[in-house]
Amino acid sequence: MEREFDPRDYAVAMVGITKQFPGVLANDNVTLLVRKGEIHAVVGENGAGKTTLMNQLYGLLRPDSGKIYVFGRELNLKGPRDAINAGIGMVHQHFMLVDNLTVAENIVLGSETRRGVIFDLRQARMRVKELSESYGLMVDVDAKIEDIPVGMQQRVEILKTLYRGAEILILDEPTAVLTPQETEELFEILRKLREAGKTIIFITHKLNEVMAVTDRVTVMRQGKVTGNLITKETNPREIARLMVGREVLLRVEKQPNEPDDVVVEVEDLWVKDNRNLDAVKGVSFYVRAGEIVGIAGVAGNGQTELVEALTGLRKAHKGKYMLLGQDVTNLSARELRLRGLAHIPEDRHKYGLVLDFPNYYNAILGRHDQEPFCRSSFLDHDVILKYTKELFETFDVRPRIPEMPSANLSGGNQQKLVVAREMSSRPKFIVISQPTRGLDIGAIEYIHKTILRLRDENVAVLLVSMELDEVMSLSDRIYVMYEGRFTGEVRPEEVTLEEMGLMMAGHTWEEVRGTVATR
Amino acid sequence: MRWIQAIFDILTNPQFYKITLTASTPFIFASLGGVFSEITGVVNIALEGIMLMGAFTSIVFTFYFGSPWLGVLMAIIVGLGMAWLHAWASIKWYGNQIVTGTALILLAQGVTGFLMEPIFGRPGQTDLIGKIEEIRVPGISEIPFIGKVIGELNPLVYIAFGAVVFSWFLIYKTVLGLRMRSVGENPEAADTLGVNVYGIRYFGVLMSGVLASLGGAFLSVGELGQFKELMTGGRGFIALAAMILGNWNPVGAMLASLLFGAAEAMNNQLQSSPILHVSASTKPLFNMLPFIVTLVVVSGFIGRTRPPAADGIPYIKE
Repeated sequence: MEREFDPRDYAVAMVGITKQFPGVLANDNVTLLVRKGEIHAVVGENGAGKTTLMNQLYGLLRPDSGKIYVFGRELNLKGPRDAINAGIGMVHQHFMLVDNLTVAENIVLGSETRRGVIFDLRQARMRVKELSESYGLMVDVDAKIEDIPVGMQQRVEILKTLYRGAEILILDEPTAVLTPQETEELFEILRKLREAGKTIIFITHKLNEVMAVTDRVTVMRQGKVTGNLITKETNPREIARLMVGREVLLRVEKQPNEPDDVVVEVEDLWVKDNRNLDAVKGVSFYVRAGEIVGIAGVAGNGQTELVEALTGLRKAHKGKYMLLGQDVTNLSARELRLRGLAHIPEDRHKYGLVLDFPNYYNAILGRHDQEPFCRSSFLDHDVILKYTKELFETFDVRPRIPEMPSANLSGGNQQKLVVAREMSSRPKFIVISQPTRGLDIGAIEYIHKTILRLRDENVAVLLVSMELDEVMSLSDRIYVMYEGRFTGEVRPEEVTLEEMGLMMAGHTWEEVRGTVATR
Repeated sequence: MRWIQAIFDILTNPQFYKITLTASTPFIFASLGGVFSEITGVVNIALEGIMLMGAFTSIVFTFYFGSPWLGVLMAIIVGLGMAWLHAWASIKWYGNQIVTGTALILLAQGVTGFLMEPIFGRPGQTDLIGKIEEIRVPGISEIPFIGKVIGELNPLVYIAFGAVVFSWFLIYKTVLGLRMRSVGENPEAADTLGVNVYGIRYFGVLMSGVLASLGGAFLSVGELGQFKELMTGGRGFIALAAMILGNWNPVGAMLASLLFGAAEAMNNQLQSSPILHVSASTKPLFNMLPFIVTLVVVSGFIGRTRPPAADGIPYIKE
C-alpha cells in the first residue's frame, strides 16, 4: 500500500483479525478490504476460515483481536442486530427461512410492520412488493416458503437484507443450490445491486463464478490470507494454487474409453417416493463395463428414489432391472451387493457411515459377516485392524487411526473411507451419488481420479450428481433427469452448459436442438 | 333397539350439549396451553401434572380463605411456577422435554397426594369445600333449547371459549404471534433476525402453565367443589391429543376438545340412562369411551397434521 491505510476508503475493512477456536487458529491476522460498490469474492477451501471471518463481520462471533470498520466507522459488534444496524446483511448458505410463513412474513420478521401489538400484514405485503420491484427480485409475496422454488427462496433471503436497509451484502456460497439458469439470474441480480451502489461480499469455492461476476478476490488458506487479486488480472489456475497451496488439476484428464459389454440394463422403471407419489416415471437406460454414465438434474427430480431403487433401498413398483444378465428387480441391498453392486450414497452421514463407530468397523461394514473378518460368527479384530490400516494407507485416509470414531474425520476423509470400502469389494457395478458434496478442491480432485480409476478397471459406473461440472467432466454419456423422466441422453462433448440447463428445466433434447437449429 | 332409543334420547336433550361444553372445558384450557408451548417449539407433556396442581391449589385456597376465585388465581400462580420449572430445564439447560415433563407429572401426583393428610386430615378426597356457581346470561337463557345449552354455565366455561378467541388472535394476528410461530419452526432463522428465541419460548411455556392450571381449577372448584387424588385422570394427555388433532391451531384444538368432551358426555348420559340400566360391573367399559374415541380419531389423523418443525428440539446457540 502506498498511502497510509484509511478505513474510510472502504465499505468494509477488517484489519488484523485473529480468532482462535479450541485446537484451531481459524483466522490468523486476516485483513479483508472491500471497496464500496464492488463485488468482492472471498475464496478458500473448507476450513480455510472464510465463514468464521464472515461470522465475525455479522456479529455472530467476536474476534480475539483485530478491528472491524464499516464505512470508516469502527464497530464493536455484539450480535447480528448490531451488524444489521450498521447496514450489513447476510444470506446464509442454508437458507434461514421459516417454511410455514409466507414470503412477506419472512421478510419482515423481527422488524415487523405493526399497528400497536397487531401485525400489519397489508403494509408488509406492500413494502415487500415495492422493494422487490425496485430491484427486480421477483417473488410471490403471499406464497408460503415451503411451496416456492429454491431460486425464489434465495431472492427472499436477499430481500430480507434489503428490507433491513443493508448496504453491504454477504452471500455465503449462494450458488450451491441453484441450476445454471438460476445462477445466471443471481449474477444478474448481483450486478444490478452493484449498480444501485450496494457492496457485495461473495463467498465461494467455485472459480468460474469468481471469474464471471466479481471485481476483486481475497484468497484464504488455513486461516491466513494468501492472496489479494483483481479478477481481471488473474486466472483460475492462480487462484486455485493460492487456495490449495500447490498446483491443482482443475479439469480431470480423461482418456477416451472403450466400453465393454452391457452390465446394467433398466427398463421402464417406476418408483414412488415417501409420500407415495411417482418420483421415477418410467426411465430406461443401460451402463456398460468401463463406462461412466452420468445422471444430471436439479435435486429432487427423482434421482434419490432412482438410486435407492437401484441399490435395494426402495421398491420399484413397475419395470425391470437387469444386472449381469440376471433379473434383480427389487432384490434386497444385501443380495444386490453379493451380485457385485457397490454404492457410494449421497448422504455419507446417514447411509455411508455409522458415525459413532470406530473407523475399523466402518471399513468392513457390509462384509462384517464374511471371511476373513468374521470366523464362526465372531469378529476377528486383529484381521480387521490390520485390514483397515492397509486400506487407509492405500486410499490416503487421514489421520491413519483405525480406532478413532468416524465422526471425527473431516468430510473429505469420511468420503474417502466410504469410497475405499466400496471399491475394495471389487464391484461390477457402482452407483455413486453426490460424491463430492461439501468437499474442497483437493478432496474433489482425489475422488474424481478414483472414479476414473474405477472406469479403467472396467467397472460400470453410474454417477448421479447435482454438480453439473462434475457430471460433464467425468461422464462418457449423460442422462438428464427432470420430474422423474429423462429429458435427454447426450454425450458431454456434444452439448453446451446452456443446453444442459434447458434440459434440466424440463425441455427435451429434441426441443433444445430444435430451438438451436431454428435460431 | 334400546341402544338406539337411548342414544336418540340423549342427542335430543339439551342437557347432553351442556355437559359436552362442561366436559370440554378442561380439554380446551389444557390443549390451548399445549398449543402455546409447542408452537414456540417446546413439548409440554406436563399439562397433566400442571392441571392436577391447579385443581389442588384452587381447592386449598378455597378451603382456607373461602373464595374459589382466589383459588383460581393461586392456581394460575402455581401453574406459572410449574411451567417455569419446565421452561428453565428445557430451554435454559436444553433438557429432554419428555423427561422434564414426566418428572413434573410425578412431582404433582406426589405433592398433592402427600399434602392431603396435613391439610385436609385425610387422604383420597376432600369434603365439598366450595365452588364457583353457574351464572345465567339474561336474554340467551330464555331462548328455547339453545338457552338450556349455553344460557347458564360456569363462568370458567365462558372464559375457556374466550381464551380460544384470544389465543387465535394472539397467535395469528399479532407481532408476538408471528414471532412465536417463527421460533417454533426455525429458531435459527428467527435468531438471526434479532428475535429473542429464549424469551419467546419462555412466554409460550408460561402461557401453557396458566391455561393448564385453569383447566385443572375448573375440575375442582368449577365442577365438583372438591379435590380427589389423581382427579385429572389423563385429561392432560387427551388435551395433547386434541392439540395434535387440531393441528396446533387454537380453533382446531377447541373443536377436537369438543369432540372428546362429547364422548365424555355421551358416556356420562348412557350410564345414567333410564332405559339401559348399566350395571356397576360394565361401567368401567363405558368409562373407556373418551379414550377409545381419542385413540381412533388420533390414529386416523396422524400424518395429516403437521407439527411445528422445531417442536421438542432445544435451541442451542453456537
